[in-house]
Amino acid sequence: MAKPPRKPKLAVWKFASCDGCQLSLLDCEDELLAVAGAVEIAYFPEATRAVLKGPYDVSLVEGSVTTQHDAERLLEVRRQSRRVITIGACATAGGIQALRNFKDVVGFTSVVYAHPEFIETLATSTPISAHVEVDYELRGCPIDKHQLLEVLTAFLNGRRPNIPAHSVCVDCKARGTVCVLVRGAAACLGPVTHAGCGAICPAYNRGCYGCFGPKETPNPVSLAPRLVDAGMDKTALHRVYRTFNPVADAFKKESERHGA
Amino acid sequence: MARRTINVDVLARVEGEGALRLVVDGSVLREAELRIFEPPRFFEAFLRGRSYTEVPDITARICGICPVAYQMSAVHAMEDALGIVISPAVRELRRLLYCGEWIESHVLHMYMLHAPDFLGYDGAVEMAADHPEIVKTGLAIKKVGNAILKLLGGREIHPVNVRVGGFYRVPTKRELGALREDLKRALEASLGTVKLVAGFEFPDCERDYDLVALGDAGEYPFNAGRVVSNKGLSITPPEYDAHFEEYHVKRSNALHSRHVGAGAYLTGPLARYSLNSALLSPLAQQAAREAGLGPTCNNPFRSIVIRAVEVVYALDEALRVIDAYEPPDRPFAEAPLRAGIGYACTEAPRGMLYHRYEIAEDGSILDAKIVPPTSQNLPSIEDDLRSFAPGWLSETNDRLRHLCEQTIRNHDPCISCATHFLKVDVVRV
Repeated sequence: MAKPPRKPKLAVWKFASCDGCQLSLLDCEDELLAVAGAVEIAYFPEATRAVLKGPYDVSLVEGSVTTQHDAERLLEVRRQSRRVITIGACATAGGIQALRNFKDVVGFTSVVYAHPEFIETLATSTPISAHVEVDYELRGCPIDKHQLLEVLTAFLNGRRPNIPAHSVCVDCKARGTVCVLVRGAAACLGPVTHAGCGAICPAYNRGCYGCFGPKETPNPVSLAPRLVDAGMDKTALHRVYRTFNPVADAFKKESERHGA
Repeated sequence: MARRTINVDVLARVEGEGALRLVVDGSVLREAELRIFEPPRFFEAFLRGRSYTEVPDITARICGICPVAYQMSAVHAMEDALGIVISPAVRELRRLLYCGEWIESHVLHMYMLHAPDFLGYDGAVEMAADHPEIVKTGLAIKKVGNAILKLLGGREIHPVNVRVGGFYRVPTKRELGALREDLKRALEASLGTVKLVAGFEFPDCERDYDLVALGDAGEYPFNAGRVVSNKGLSITPPEYDAHFEEYHVKRSNALHSRHVGAGAYLTGPLARYSLNSALLSPLAQQAAREAGLGPTCNNPFRSIVIRAVEVVYALDEALRVIDAYEPPDRPFAEAPLRAGIGYACTEAPRGMLYHRYEIAEDGSILDAKIVPPTSQNLPSIEDDLRSFAPGWLSETNDRLRHLCEQTIRNHDPCISCATHFLKVDVVRV
């Protein structure tokens, strides 16, 4: 009798992050055991002590690179992985900790630590793609668990993930939310922000704050006057683009238009 | 006896990256220290200059497991600084939101991170192969916690609906009522969890901890109360800095905390329960009694039983809040901006979380201080190892390593909060 086909090996790696994106996998309460049945969980320290040797078929990578040690560790992860999928804003766009890229990291260290000399850190927080080739980038701070399942399913079946790159606005319309910007309820980054969250913020009566990063071909320059009308001043515009995806190209450029 | 070196390269099933080093000289434990190499992310530094309104969204990103705790301590501190008085309905909804987080986080820890230690598995997925019903029950209860977070917060991780003064949008009675049936089922299941974990075997390890938690609140604490201890401390959150200090040790990217003049102290389920067990709901108190818990508990291995009791409480409390709920007239309260300093302590699932902010007249943050529960607990976790490990030195290296890992997991440390990956080295001299 033929041997059953080998299950693909899944690894989950963590770099600088809050653990929220890998938690999304454990938050798939209805699907977790099915996922665990479809793959061999080869490396996932948040969930199991068991460690299987590489190579791995799919590696999910959470977090950004902020230390020399992590930069070297990432090269090894890439060498051991057939496919690398980054999960979340840290891995995909440097994360909130990339705010250091605009400041003096030595000054930052001394605000937090009594002995900055004990701390080993790089001056920048960089996305995974700045260091190694990445096969797919899943957006969000945090990622959406249904999108994670879609991406995993797609990669395990050798097809492209169905993850739309349109704006949050499209999802607001689909959800039937009246536009918060049009009705003057809140300044909203929805028109320039990548969909995926399900357009939650406007449904909760607040403006989108851009946690999924820029959509495909965004136009933040033309949005800016509307945000000013909605009550944002120059410093607020500068800050709002410089939060969870501060080094994503379109957001970085727009924040720079409104201040250093 | 020759020098024996044991390395556990990955301490799994904790949140964050760190390492444990044990040096064993014959039959004597020479050193036990935790090294935290989770890279620092500098939240306190980049909060400077941000608007006070952004802080709950930003500090949530310190931890994906307990973002609500960060949001709650942040908003209460801002309200303290600005003199904002929240409505009773908002107060109740915040308890409900915290119930969601306790359920989600505690059940994750009990079923997926901690129970495998007691039942002898590497993780929950491996455990599910032999005990599918146990794991499925855990996932079902966890899902209900997440349903609260999703409804009230907008999403499970990094909720979007919390703001200074209240919420952006408050739920309708009907929306909350829709949770009731699932909560009741989960409550029934959670009583089973207490029985299950109470039947585990616990090493006879007790210590005379300095237990610190919120208390004197007339209710089992989430967001309000004084900072109290089993050694007689009773202070308000603004007095926290005079009684507790952070210090920086070379091996660690996480700051450690000590009780000034007293040393290591412990926050979290053991402390919360020992200082407040009489305030649990009758059903949770009964579950605790049936599980063999007294009014206090000093055995960290039994923390899993307390977490199970707290999950019963959180489900019971969530039902109480939902049944009594009347939507407030306004979803949030406001007050004019003013310069000031605000303080807050709230009870994250793994322990007390302190925030302090200094705000300028224009509402921008001048200074921020955040002391996560795991920073406060790290010295006590090391003391646990120093106290308990000497009794285990005749065990095989594998068993010793496993017991030490379990000793750490007892406290559900979140190293991402404190700054994941625990690498355990045992050096035998």
